[in-house]
Amino acid sequence: MTISIRSVGKTFGRYPALNSVSLEIADGELLALLGPSGSGKTTLLRVIAGLEFPDSGQVLYGEQDMTFAGAAQRRVGFVFQQYALFRHMTVAKNVAFGLDVRKGAAKPSKAEIASRVDELLRLVELGELGKRYPAQLSGGQRQRVALARALAVNPSVLLLDEPFGALDATVRKSLRKELRRIHDATGVTTIFVTHDQEEALELADRVAILNQGAIEQVGTPQEIHDNPVGAFVAGFVGESNRLEGEVRGGRFRLNDVEFAAPGIADGRAAAFVRPHELVLSPRGEGTFPLIANHIAPQGAVARIDGVTPGGLRLEAAFARQSVADIQPGAKLDLLVGRAYVFPQ
Amino acid sequence: MGVTLAILSLIVLIPLSAVALKASEQSWQEFFQAAFNERALTAYRLSFGAALIAAAINGVFGLLTAWALVRYQFPLKSLVNGIIDLPFALPTAVAGIALATLYAPNGWIGALLAPAGLKVAYTPLGVVVALTFIGLPFVVRTLEPVMRDLAADVEEAAASLGATRLDTILRVILPALAPAWMTGFALAFARAVGEYGSVIFIAGNMPYKSEIAPLLIIIELEQYDYAGAATIAVVMLSVSFLMLFVINAIQAWARRLAA
Repeated sequence: MTISIRSVGKTFGRYPALNSVSLEIADGELLALLGPSGSGKTTLLRVIAGLEFPDSGQVLYGEQDMTFAGAAQRRVGFVFQQYALFRHMTVAKNVAFGLDVRKGAAKPSKAEIASRVDELLRLVELGELGKRYPAQLSGGQRQRVALARALAVNPSVLLLDEPFGALDATVRKSLRKELRRIHDATGVTTIFVTHDQEEALELADRVAILNQGAIEQVGTPQEIHDNPVGAFVAGFVGESNRLEGEVRGGRFRLNDVEFAAPGIADGRAAAFVRPHELVLSPRGEGTFPLIANHIAPQGAVARIDGVTPGGLRLEAAFARQSVADIQPGAKLDLLVGRAYVFPQ
Repeated sequence: MGVTLAILSLIVLIPLSAVALKASEQSWQEFFQAAFNERALTAYRLSFGAALIAAAINGVFGLLTAWALVRYQFPLKSLVNGIIDLPFALPTAVAGIALATLYAPNGWIGALLAPAGLKVAYTPLGVVVALTFIGLPFVVRTLEPVMRDLAADVEEAAASLGATRLDTILRVILPALAPAWMTGFALAFARAVGEYGSVIFIAGNMPYKSEIAPLLIIIELEQYDYAGAATIAVVMLSVSFLMLFVINAIQAWARRLAA
């Protein structure tokens, strides 16, 4: 199911949560809504789900206007951060709930429901646990139950609100892979909300970055990471050194650091330099010195915290062997390889 | 553990066994005569019957009241919240006199009901009214924290899965509340069975008609028939214990489902 969000606005009291947001989600896509807390990402998800209704704009499922249809009419599968399982029902009953509450001819037979529940529990790898109660499961298992329950109704779209937010790091990692596998197996259009950029970049086909109720950028993880369109995305996604300086005659300057900023008008500007874009280079045109303070090896990379003679703190990342003999206090000559510069 | 048991014994078990001991001073025949004469039987029926009806009424309205307090904002909410607890704090005699005055045939409410042929004060119906009054806070206050705990997202989950509002209430909300609800019911019932102060003013206290069992105990005491009073006490104790035991068993069973 393709989903179109057209100029959707929503305010809570006097606080605007969504500000004319437009977004197209392709059929079968896995899309992440990424943003800091209060950016409106959960509100957007709930508007898509029909758990919240917009003040303005439209929500389309395929060609159909669903702006004011309830969640049940939209046939969404919704997975909540806190699982929201029915505590007094077994795992199997939880999963069957969406089929069980159907009325008349739409309700499958007992045997059909049982086999569907079985199939779903196997899909989320909980085949043996149908008779347990939610309280007897771990957090990760509960979220799998919630996922199976949402999938039971053959949803037109699967919506997940911070689905891994309440889980510890290792479980989160494995469930992430699981979600990707389930998405690929079912092909259902999936939208999930997260504030964890690693999760969004690793899992999603496309990522929409939200900030203060507006979408800053939509793109593949690579586009978002390598070509941020604004200062917010450049600073929010990936690691970077943020430099507040000045552009004059196409060159950015702050303190001892200077590099080309083609096409940027003269005036105040913010530059974002990823740690690995600080390049070791023989002293010469455009280089500046950095005195290493702290060296932290991380796999194939060594991260160096340093400070320029002018007092600018920078973080750089190099291949391990290229800085093998560097000790704290050593002076490195660096060049800015690539920077994202945005006028302020 | 030892301390708890010691205190429990001092405060609860020893006085209760003293009651049983007192009752056992009679012969079997005397015991049966004191326990199951016509007047005593009517009193038990009224005490337990009215308590059961009152607890049932409180079960329904306490549920609605708790729901309104947890889920809705309305003017003077904190005032209403305070009023709920009044039956806890008010001397029961005050409540009894107030209710009797209101529901008497010439009282504010009684005068309205009289043309319809409804007599409340000085009838068994009056007993039910008084017992309902004192039992309400038990249901409301036991349900409230559980309702607050029942996250709104569970309802949203049910709705997103296609459940109607009625389905959601019957299959999701009420089953989740059931254990607490039964606790509240049991507490309200237990309190109502033992209630004395507020009832005697509104009941009229006519033997064979509107006389409650606790009053019968007092009457026997006033006649220096201590064994007879203890006998009725033992019967009430046994029945109450049995009923609370059954309710507890149901609850334990429900909790095992919910856990």
